Amino acid sequence: MKFTLSWLKEHLDTQASLQQILDTLTMVGLEVEGARNPAEGLETFVTARVVEATQHPNADRLRVCRVDAGNGETQVVCGAPNARTGLIGVFASGGSFIPGTGITLKPTEIRGVSSNGMLLSEREMGLSDDHDGIVELPASTPIGVPAVKIMGLDDPVIEIAITPNRGDCLGVRGIARDLAAAGLGSLKPLTNGPVPGAFESPIKAHLDFTDETKDACPYFVGRYIRGVSNGESPKWLKDKLTAIGLRPISALVDITNLMTLDVNRPLHVFDADKVKGDIRVRLGKPGEKMLALNGKEYELDDAMTVISDDAGAEGLGGVMGGEISGVTGATVNVFVESALFDPRRTATTGRKLMLQSDARYRFERGIDPAFLVDGMEIATRLIMDLCGGEPSELVIAGGRPDTARDIAFRPDRVKGLCGVEISRDEIQRILMILGFSVDGDGDAWTVRVPSWRGDIVGEACLVEEVVRINGYDKIPMVPPVRDSYLPKPALNVNQKRRALARRTLAARGLVEAVTFSFMAEAHAALFGGDTEKLRVVNPISADLSVMRPSPLGNLLLAAGRNDDRGVADAKLFEVGPEYFGDGPDGQRIVCAGIRYGMSGPKHWSAKPQPADALAAKADAEAVLAAVGAPVDRLQVYTDTPGYYHPGRSGELRLGPKTTLARFGEINPRVLKALGVDGPAAAFEVFPDAVPTPKAKGTARPMLNLATYQPVERDFAFVVDAGVAAGALMAAAAGADKALIVDVRLFDVFQGPALGEGKKSLAITVRLQPTEKTLTDAEIEAVSAKIVAAVGKATGGVLRG
Amino acid sequence: MDNPDKLLDDVLAKVAAAADMDALEALRVGELGKKGRITEMMKGLGQMAPDERKAAGQALNVLKDKVAAAIDSKKAEMADADLDRRLMTEKIDVTLPTAPAAEGYIHPISQTIDEVVAIFGEMGFTVAEGPDIEDDWHNFTALNIPPDHPARQEHDTFYLPGDYETRKVLRTHTSPVQIRTMTAEKPPIRIIVPGRTFRSDHDATHSPMFHQVEGLLVDRTSHMGHLKGCLIEFCRAFFEVDDLPVRFRPSYFPFTEPSAEVDIGCTRAGGEFRIGHGEGWLEILGCGMVNPNVLANCGIDPTEYQGFAFGMGIERIAMLKYGIPDLRTFYESDLRWLRHYGFRALEVPGMVGGLAR
Repeated sequence: MKFTLSWLKEHLDTQASLQQILDTLTMVGLEVEGARNPAEGLETFVTARVVEATQHPNADRLRVCRVDAGNGETQVVCGAPNARTGLIGVFASGGSFIPGTGITLKPTEIRGVSSNGMLLSEREMGLSDDHDGIVELPASTPIGVPAVKIMGLDDPVIEIAITPNRGDCLGVRGIARDLAAAGLGSLKPLTNGPVPGAFESPIKAHLDFTDETKDACPYFVGRYIRGVSNGESPKWLKDKLTAIGLRPISALVDITNLMTLDVNRPLHVFDADKVKGDIRVRLGKPGEKMLALNGKEYELDDAMTVISDDAGAEGLGGVMGGEISGVTGATVNVFVESALFDPRRTATTGRKLMLQSDARYRFERGIDPAFLVDGMEIATRLIMDLCGGEPSELVIAGGRPDTARDIAFRPDRVKGLCGVEISRDEIQRILMILGFSVDGDGDAWTVRVPSWRGDIVGEACLVEEVVRINGYDKIPMVPPVRDSYLPKPALNVNQKRRALARRTLAARGLVEAVTFSFMAEAHAALFGGDTEKLRVVNPISADLSVMRPSPLGNLLLAAGRNDDRGVADAKLFEVGPEYFGDGPDGQRIVCAGIRYGMSGPKHWSAKPQPADALAAKADAEAVLAAVGAPVDRLQVYTDTPGYYHPGRSGELRLGPKTTLARFGEINPRVLKALGVDGPAAAFEVFPDAVPTPKAKGTARPMLNLATYQPVERDFAFVVDAGVAAGALMAAAAGADKALIVDVRLFDVFQGPALGEGKKSLAITVRLQPTEKTLTDAEIEAVSAKIVAAVGKATGGVLRG
Repeated sequence: MDNPDKLLDDVLAKVAAAADMDALEALRVGELGKKGRITEMMKGLGQMAPDERKAAGQALNVLKDKVAAAIDSKKAEMADADLDRRLMTEKIDVTLPTAPAAEGYIHPISQTIDEVVAIFGEMGFTVAEGPDIEDDWHNFTALNIPPDHPARQEHDTFYLPGDYETRKVLRTHTSPVQIRTMTAEKPPIRIIVPGRTFRSDHDATHSPMFHQVEGLLVDRTSHMGHLKGCLIEFCRAFFEVDDLPVRFRPSYFPFTEPSAEVDIGCTRAGGEFRIGHGEGWLEILGCGMVNPNVLANCGIDPTEYQGFAFGMGIERIAMLKYGIPDLRTFYESDLRWLRHYGFRALEVPGMVGGLAR
């Protein structure tokens, strides 16, 4: 919402400075977004008379002017066609900065004639694009005074943001009322008395609604004005509109814009001679079409409010008038409409048609239902002043809806809700200046809400009115009281796990990414997404059109982008949601990561390896250990989703059903579909699936440190190449659960010496006696059990 | 027999002159071995008269000890010299670069959330969460934003498939978690809600996905003064500026009444942006007293309970605190960016150890 300082002062009688006004606006909730004085940078330009203009001796198009700027004469060479003897214009002396050209003037010589200043055009002043000639001021203009004063430019333009609840401040008068309440002056009275009608309007108005739909337009005020002439607006009105960035069109149109911005009363003016029969306000007919004032045709439906005549729709109620019955320079008789339209219907109509207008913006925020007649009277005066004409009596259809409401208000609530002490007298003063009426005394008041404040619905609203006008800065700063002296932990077990997962992976050299919850539909399908149910109906782009079934796709794409930029070995992870349903339980947290390209750059001491499944497995195991999963009880399964390499991936499960993690190389088909080179290995850990340990206090189990020497024995088994090392190790570990504390695989070998389809797996088994040192015979006995157990489980035999 | 003193001088001279370990060992055997000179002399003591034997025995023992000590000392000296020689041959090039350890980083969004949680955790808030895919009631209606409310248009909502009434939305703010908490728990309530939020807007200052943190406190007595206290403390702790100017301005949110926006002081003096005392204000969050309708929608009696709520953008406060210029870069996963703006694994923010390095 834009307005000028002088415009504000038409409604507000104030001595306050501009800065006070700006500060107060922001502090009452009308946030100042900008304030600019168009006179800024033009202060040094003064009015000056061209004492004599003569032809330049060496140039046909130039004139040499002797200019009197009030302090002696100066010679200026000027190219403007209207530079002539006697003209009063705007003079910039040498050394001035010219905003329109960005040049600082220096004394110069133009085709052999010296020139010491400049007579300015509007464009050179930065006021408009007009460069047809220099500015011409009236002959009566005094000489040598600042041009901005004479031209009325010294008027700051203020722009404020209006929150959706403050429709009443979409007119300058509403803003002035808030400032008056805040103590910056007083609200001036409005001239809105009735204008007597000279005749009965030949156009009548009818509200054609049923009981269910009559709220669409409950109240309509019209007036016929005959014999107007719709010329250009006077300078004061054009200046006012131009100052806030509106283009003056014609007196009648400018008056409706003025009414909208000044008193927040949108109007429509019909060319009465183009209206066929009476005005009927009704709902649209399906398929009905209307050509709007913006030159576009709209198709209407039966939920939209239409202003019509016998010929059809002539306007969209509360949104935009029609082109056919609009006013033109030739208009002689007009019918003025001041109506009330339902905010919701207006909003819905505008949204459906994607049609925004100043009227819609105001009607959907709620217009003062008690101001229709006042608005009509003010507009009638303006039209008669600027366009002449003779007004009819008012045409009224429907009636003002009863929006009066009383709110029970306890003045104590100001302190109770906001903690600030404000006297009851001051509370009452603030409410009354804002237009509320206050009844009652003591602790229970009845407050009546003014017709223009549809946003005030309860006691808390009244508290807000009082406190915001009194100033939020006066609310004391009080530390919140805590129930206990020391805080409880802010995170629950799952939230803590995420933090541990994150920092564990970062400590392992992976870099955390945060990628979108969206991905392209085709990419989501690679990861098994329900691309129908989890499709975004109105995506930003096709790349972001479904909710991701896994973050892996986005991470792989990110690795590919880094690869393109020359970082070929991205190690990325994300701890975030993946989606599998649209209900409240349709998402889960996954800790997903990828190792892309080589394990690292070439280095003299460490040979880089391509990303492989077991590196990803190590990541998954590290995360699982960090979040407290029973890592030693997990089993490795090899049935994994299709985005993994079928032979180089696994799942870590607790029992056959509960998957805690997956790892493996990414299937090359998936890499190809994503358009990244790879190779890439990935892992996914589901920290929330890890069982929460039963609460059993903070004490650790008793530690029994063995006093007897542990013994290690190595075994090399020859097994079929397809035997899983994990199975062999598990068999060995299970051979004597009391003695065997650790089984480590230290060699995997395949070679012709072993025979076709065979491999050798070598393990170290650590025995820890608890009661006495083991004898050779006992060690031999355990060794035999190990060989037997491995043989039974895997068919493996000791390598000879 | 030989004079022990003369003998000692003789042996010590030989020890000093011994060229290597072998010579020294031969010397030891020659003097102190089973058939060594000094050993033989010890054997000769038996034939002496008892009175002579005592004095001679003492002298011989002294001699034997001194010779043994001299040989041991010389041996140690030679071993040291041997080791020194060997060590010199083991020299390596210590200018060789060490094996590269991959450096991991925490994303600034995670780190900022951790910082926010550390501060509000100190004030007794616990972290609550809710789904990203929400229904209309939790995201709008229960928050006092009925259908066709003008505020809905400002939310630029993403929709999932379904008919107009029942289709799901991607939550446009973290506020629906206020509703989920208040419908599930009884006051007193004190939660913060960090999480993903979604709006269909994409330019330099808007991202279709971003993060917010929501706060909610409901009890019988907390008022706007407490809200001010809570948020001013937060701003000063988070931005690590003790006297940071903080300003509350009236604003409007359907779910709070009264509502406020909060600005912090800043300056662009000298062409450099800085948070703190200065000529400017920068909006960083919205807040207010929970609207009585919202409490009632959640089954909490607004005549008995009141409280405050606030919400702010994680990326916004991270950008301001860490001088990150462009919102879009947060989600691009450019490793150069992540390494530059990220945090090391062990930089865990806390109110005891401090928030930032």
